[in-house]
Amino acid sequence: MEKLTIAGRSFRSRLMVGTGKYTTFHEMKAALDESGAEIVTVAVRRVNLEEREESLLSYVDVHRYFLLPNTAGCKTADEAIRTAHLARAAGLSNWVKLEVIPDDGTLLPDPVATVEAAEALVKEGFVVLPYTSDDHHVARRLLEVGCATVMPFGSAIGTGQGLPHPERLKRIIDMVAGRVPVVIDAGIGAPSDAALAMELGADAVLINTAIAKSENPIQMARAMAMGVEAGRLAYLAGRIPRATTASPSSPATGLIGSTL
Amino acid sequence: MDVNVNINGKARWIDANTTVEQLIKQLDLANERIAVEHNRIILEATQFPSITLKSGDALEIVRFVGGG
Repeated sequence: MEKLTIAGRSFRSRLMVGTGKYTTFHEMKAALDESGAEIVTVAVRRVNLEEREESLLSYVDVHRYFLLPNTAGCKTADEAIRTAHLARAAGLSNWVKLEVIPDDGTLLPDPVATVEAAEALVKEGFVVLPYTSDDHHVARRLLEVGCATVMPFGSAIGTGQGLPHPERLKRIIDMVAGRVPVVIDAGIGAPSDAALAMELGADAVLINTAIAKSENPIQMARAMAMGVEAGRLAYLAGRIPRATTASPSSPATGLIGSTL
Repeated sequence: MDVNVNINGKARWIDANTTVEQLIKQLDLANERIAVEHNRIILEATQFPSITLKSGDALEIVRFVGGG
């Protein structure tokens, strides 16, 4: 399959995976390996000074995986910008998955603050991958301020509700028109959701909960990778249009007992 | 222990003339990939040895954890 290119950097896999919510780091590592993903998201948090905790990076080989720090937990543009600076200072890259999410239980992004933070970070030289809703006007703003991708949700974070509004995602994909990759981030619950996202013409998907909280994250990681690949191939192959009348797949002529 | 600083939201007493680099070693974080913010200014790792902590200083020390 052709490569996914974001801000001049190419990746073989079109599946990005998160590192949160796993039962153990060992399980997470095995699932990451099985997913074939190259881009993995991480969060930025205070070091726990009271109790020694194992380091995530002992399990994620930074030479194999490209770490994408997020600004999860940030409720304002200022907090997100500050977190992006800290992530960059940790010394892996100047990429950031921008999330500005007010704490009201919906995990819906604040579109105004997201665009504001994205613009500021792009001006500072960050490669910004913003989490956004499926509103194409917001996606357009993010594109205009120079984001490296647009990452609309399929449905709310962690719900596994899939893609209840594929037409909205298609509208964003058509509006972006290949200028930057469109990554469907959040809401995917099953490989069929991932395949549908790719069939719509998304360039990649980002999955965390649906793998980490499945009964067998390692198997599910592989299943998601297959869903993404199947969906991408189907998109490239071009699916048939939906018809309202049936048409037989076998010849309508040469039937036994026919009189003509 | 005669300098009071705030580290990750908690007050701590440290020795006078402790540098950021020394503090990170004392906290056993020298081999971790971390970022440090000193009084709201993010430090480059090259600055760690040259900054001596004073009473009232606030530090944020962060690292990468699992996330989506």
